[in-house]
Amino acid sequence: MSDTPAATVTKRRAPSRQTTGIVLAAGLIVVVAAFLFLITRAPSPDALPVSLGFSLNRLFQLVGNLNPLVQIPIILAVFGLVVALILVLIEYAPRAGKGYFYLRLAACFILPALAFMLLRPYQNSFIFVLLIALVLGGLLFFADYRSRQGAGYLFQLVIFTAPAAILLLTGLVYPTIATLFQSFFDKKTENFVGLENYIWVFTNPEGFWSVINTIIWVLIAPVFATVIGLAYAALVDRARGEKFLKVLVFMPYAISFVGAGIIWKFVYDFRQGEQIGLLNAIVTAFGGQPVSWLDAQPLINTFLLLVVFIWSQTAFAMVILSSAIKGVPAEQIEAAALDGTTAWQSFINVTVPGIRSSLIVVLTTIAIAALKVYDIVAVMTGGRANTSVLGFEMVNQQQRFQSYGHSAALAVVLFIFVLPLIIYNARQIKKQIR
Amino acid sequence: MTGMTAIPPLDARTKRQVARATRRNEADAHKRLTSRGATIVAILIAIVWTIPTFGLFVTSFRPGADSSTSGWWTVFTNPGFTLDNYFTALTSGGTALTLGASFINSLAITIPATLIPIVIASLVAYAFAWIDFKAKNLLFVLVFALQIVPIQMALVPLLSLFSRGLTINGVGIFPGFELRDVDHSFATVWIAHSIFALPLAIFLLHNFISEIPSEVIEAARVDGAGHGQIFFRIIIPLAMPAIASFAIFQFLWVWNDLLVATIFAPSTSLPITQTLNSLSGTWGGQWYLQSAGTFIAIIVPLIVFFALQRFFVRGLLAGATKG
Repeated sequence: MSDTPAATVTKRRAPSRQTTGIVLAAGLIVVVAAFLFLITRAPSPDALPVSLGFSLNRLFQLVGNLNPLVQIPIILAVFGLVVALILVLIEYAPRAGKGYFYLRLAACFILPALAFMLLRPYQNSFIFVLLIALVLGGLLFFADYRSRQGAGYLFQLVIFTAPAAILLLTGLVYPTIATLFQSFFDKKTENFVGLENYIWVFTNPEGFWSVINTIIWVLIAPVFATVIGLAYAALVDRARGEKFLKVLVFMPYAISFVGAGIIWKFVYDFRQGEQIGLLNAIVTAFGGQPVSWLDAQPLINTFLLLVVFIWSQTAFAMVILSSAIKGVPAEQIEAAALDGTTAWQSFINVTVPGIRSSLIVVLTTIAIAALKVYDIVAVMTGGRANTSVLGFEMVNQQQRFQSYGHSAALAVVLFIFVLPLIIYNARQIKKQIR
Repeated sequence: MTGMTAIPPLDARTKRQVARATRRNEADAHKRLTSRGATIVAILIAIVWTIPTFGLFVTSFRPGADSSTSGWWTVFTNPGFTLDNYFTALTSGGTALTLGASFINSLAITIPATLIPIVIASLVAYAFAWIDFKAKNLLFVLVFALQIVPIQMALVPLLSLFSRGLTINGVGIFPGFELRDVDHSFATVWIAHSIFALPLAIFLLHNFISEIPSEVIEAARVDGAGHGQIFFRIIIPLAMPAIASFAIFQFLWVWNDLLVATIFAPSTSLPITQTLNSLSGTWGGQWYLQSAGTFIAIIVPLIVFFALQRFFVRGLLAGATKG
């Protein structure tokens, strides 16, 4: 910071980008070097965590020992204080003046260091972690001070986005990469095993059935839910008591898959003697033999689980498509009627093309939900009798068998199934941004 | 323009009459459009859709001896009702965690896990909408793409971050949270739910916040307000409808969640979905308990659903038709 006096004198002139770039690059090299030095040192398993006397861990321990209902206002108050601090910084830091200059300077050095200290770094890493925090803070201050949009611009942008960026990077981006990495390693992530976990997924009965079932889910559920939802939306549009009828079909959407699973398990109930499950009661009323539905193979039990999912997702399809149908211009329908088309023809030729984009959204959304399904299988069969799906088997391998490699490979296969839908949806969103 | 102002404004009474006539005409038109066939088919579908829930609902009020020997539909010929099932279900689950206690846990998980991500997401959404920076569109698309990454991809590494901390190449950098001896720790569940909610929340709130007229924000800026004040005094109140819609969504999502709780919640902090799931195995064929337990678990979502349906539908439409 030797050029600070010069910078204050020549404040009007836009700072040179080259100098800023060089200083930033040098700073980043220091950070990377410190990090590499940190992780290549000899491990010291006896190291203790260093804390300032208060830490995130301590806060969670204190709050966690209270009554659950008391925890709600306390944690919200703590969170509110943090947000208030963020808003105050955003409001005051960008202003011009000596006081605000020192406010930014202090915030840039204190906040990263404090954030790291709240996580209680180990003794042996403590100095390096603090060094990295201070250099990063200093770089932010420097880049902000020389920003073309004026001092404080970059600072407030970073403060606005930092909470979400930190959470997304540590909670979604890093874990996703780590899972990808784990899928090539053995049970305890110690030895590299190449594609062995993936071969297991496609050859082991549990893995194989979860792949097959997931494909069945993603192919069948969206089509059925959308078609039934569309038909119902079109029917209630011409029915009396529309609002009430819509609520009845919409209600399952508010019920958890756990609740839905139990509701339908009751329908499928099987026992000796008199049947109290609706499905078997109907079967026996027509003179048939009662069936243990959730054990019925091949695939019958999977289809019965699909029914539960379709039952719930039809609600979603119906609500979206119903509002889309109401958005089709009445003149088009009337014009079709004047041409003498039947109701069915005008529905197929006018209404359906008019709601095409909503139909695609509904289909893809339900397809994504079908790929990720976990609860229904967990509640109704626990994956028994070849009903497992990727989303369930992945948790099963991790929780029951502590097999992290298999679990990760299953998650990656699931991700590969979802990928085309991501690309498709990302394209749609890009279109909308333009 | 001058001709327009010459027309006297309608007085309140005429206005009311016009409105009434319009409503009557619209009702007539709708009646002519409705068809009896459509109504009957729609009612049939609605009945099929409601029967499973209704059957379990009836069972939850039948004495256990009745419901285990005869189908719920026999209640119409052989009525008999009780509330005992609900009391038994609420207190079952052993000494560790009863269904009633996990109902409380669900509240303690859901309320913070709804409010925290909304605040964090609205900060970013504001930055995306009203502050210009490099690569803004690219970053926004990346955040959107994160929304569809299955959370299954993130579960296990995130869990190990929480419990074992960060260790790279054998060198310990940060320890994990030590929450094993804590009575009711929800911290990891709050954080996990908040993270997983962010992509969708940022996306929905950005769509809404970016459509606030720029004049409003310019005017505040001229008055000397910084981004902090604009955000707190103008953006948050104006974005309330979108925030409310998303809040209802997130509330139902967290309350109904099983997967995140299974992975992250310690055994004394399990929410009602998880306790119901394990009790369901214990109860087995005792449907009088299963049904009562299920309705205890779904009563809160159903109340939210019926009371706030309009917001809920609005949120659904905003989320779906835009993405």
